[in-house]
Amino acid sequence: MRLSGLPIPEPSKFSLPVLKTRQPLRRFAPAPAMMSVEKPAAETPAVEREHLPPVLLLRPLLSHFHDALAPKFRFLKPWESPLPRDEFLAAHAGDVRALLCVGPFPVDAGLLACLPKLELVVTGSAGVNHIDVAECRRRGIAVTNAGNAFTDDVADYAVALLIDVLRQISAADRYVRRGLWPIQGDYPLGRKLGGKRVGIVGLGSIGSAVAKRLEAFGCTILYYSRSRKPSISYKFFSNVTNLAAESDVLVIACALTTETYHIINKEVMQALGRDGIIINVGRGALVDENELVKCLMEEEIGGAGLDVFENEPAVPQELFHMDNVVLSHHRAVFTPESFHGVLEVVLGNLEAFFSNRPLLTPISE
Amino acid sequence: MESLGVLLTYPMDSYLEEELSKRCKLFRLWETPPEKRREFLRANAATIRAVVGNTAVGADAETIDALPALEIVASFSVGLDKVDLAKCRERGIRVTNTPDVLTDDVADLAIGLAIATMRRLFAADRYVRGGAWKAKGDYKLTSKFSGKTVGIIGLGRIGWAIAERAEAFGCPISYYSRSEKPQTDYKYYSSVVALAANCNVLIVACALTEETHHIVNREVIDALGPKGVLVNIGRGPHVDEPELVFALLEGRLGGAGLDVFEDEPDVPEQLFGLENVVLVPHVGSSTWETCKAMADLVLGNLEAHVTNKPLLTPAL
Repeated sequence: MRLSGLPIPEPSKFSLPVLKTRQPLRRFAPAPAMMSVEKPAAETPAVEREHLPPVLLLRPLLSHFHDALAPKFRFLKPWESPLPRDEFLAAHAGDVRALLCVGPFPVDAGLLACLPKLELVVTGSAGVNHIDVAECRRRGIAVTNAGNAFTDDVADYAVALLIDVLRQISAADRYVRRGLWPIQGDYPLGRKLGGKRVGIVGLGSIGSAVAKRLEAFGCTILYYSRSRKPSISYKFFSNVTNLAAESDVLVIACALTTETYHIINKEVMQALGRDGIIINVGRGALVDENELVKCLMEEEIGGAGLDVFENEPAVPQELFHMDNVVLSHHRAVFTPESFHGVLEVVLGNLEAFFSNRPLLTPISE
Repeated sequence: MESLGVLLTYPMDSYLEEELSKRCKLFRLWETPPEKRREFLRANAATIRAVVGNTAVGADAETIDALPALEIVASFSVGLDKVDLAKCRERGIRVTNTPDVLTDDVADLAIGLAIATMRRLFAADRYVRGGAWKAKGDYKLTSKFSGKTVGIIGLGRIGWAIAERAEAFGCPISYYSRSEKPQTDYKYYSSVVALAANCNVLIVACALTEETHHIVNREVIDALGPKGVLVNIGRGPHVDEPELVFALLEGRLGGAGLDVFEDEPDVPEQLFGLENVVLVPHVGSSTWETCKAMADLVLGNLEAHVTNKPLLTPAL
């Protein structure tokens, strides 16, 4: 399903509200001026908008998202109301069947309890750890995610982080920009990527895409998954510590759930060993961050490439002085293609739902 | 090899230096101040039968002329632009280099530079290290790498290895070479300008010769354009560097990932403030694993030479 006529946005600044996932549920102030601008759906007259299917939002959308979706759906925007959120929902969202959340804002049991007619939660992320999936299941609410919209970009990013850590690209770049090459001479040697054993934690769509790329660099691929994948020839491990013991690199690409919280812990890091590298493009909480920092400081592991952290936007300051880590602010998906792709998926899921067709990207149980 | 006098031109690798010192009569050129070098060479000319050079300091005409007993130049590199090959041919001096063992590392770096440039990894890392993530909330979009057309100048060992890697990212491959290669389906362009006009990422991977000097000139840079990215893992002189700098400053070129520069170790400072470049200090083959393999190849070639066995990797 293609959004015809919708231009792919040029790489440019997109204002996103800074989201704090641990905020208590409370009334929302109107969106500050610095955040994304929502244009009213000017082409659709108010009378016609009334007939559009209602979709509840929890936060303002990026303008290009809003512009693409507003002609087709009537958005309920609690933050624009003077009422506290729960009262707003009681007054206006009693019949709402679909909730769209773009951004890691929590969809928890308390919120779901205010939405008795809810049947669908659409999220614009691959991860669904911000959604009480068990509660949704109990209530018969379907959940859709970004599907494969982000796969390529996240896989590219993981590979780039790994090459950067091993070959010290960002660190050597800093060296050059500080004018040190003529003064201090050649940069210390890095490490070869070819021949490294790469353990993928979570061989889903992203993990598989990472594997395919790294094979072309001469890496040996191993993996951990909840269950062995019969069609896959990579060596399977049912235990992450054992995977780490046979790997030079771990790439974390699995979903964050209660089972996978801190799946990369002290034991795993020690098994990975002093030359081992950890690349995390999943969720910060998949890794015991305090332990990671400790292991890096004590040189018990070799390095790390991190796009995600346990308490974003907070990043442990000890990492700022290390040349064997590469840090990034959760932006593996920030390309025009990924943004366009997820918009297609979000729109496709909403349209399918409201016309009683099968959802495009329902999450698996 | 104890009687072999070896002139090491540069402190290129400590393991190599140690082995040469143990096994041969080693002369370290860089320990003599430049103004005394001619005399140093004259004084030891009878003993020096081998030169081990690299991309920084090779074996130029002057050096070769000063060494009448020179029999072999074993370069710690695959590129031979710093060796006067014509002189060597004239004098019957054998030349070896280090092909194959560094192919993977250089190709890995080429892809790493391409993605790092397009996804602005350096800027992201700097943003986080600077504590900016707490203060600001807006994000820029960066350019996707997968699926973009990759154009390779020179489809030799390194160019080929780059192509294989890029294919795993779904990148269509096109190339320029002195002649079309029948054994591949990659799209061939007989001109570098045409290649540049039709690709998103242009990667320089050919040898540096008189013909390929400034092969990436203003015309090529303009053809590559404001959305194009140049990656150079060849030699600095492959690219007209002042033109490159202007193009980047003026936004006529989308970005550049550079491992090599015309006048190493000097890098144009105007590039230091740019987010759409990645600058690394000629580290294409600079890994522990590869440098050891390169050193062993140099030692192996010298050993073969003195024992009258076939050279491992003759270049002439």
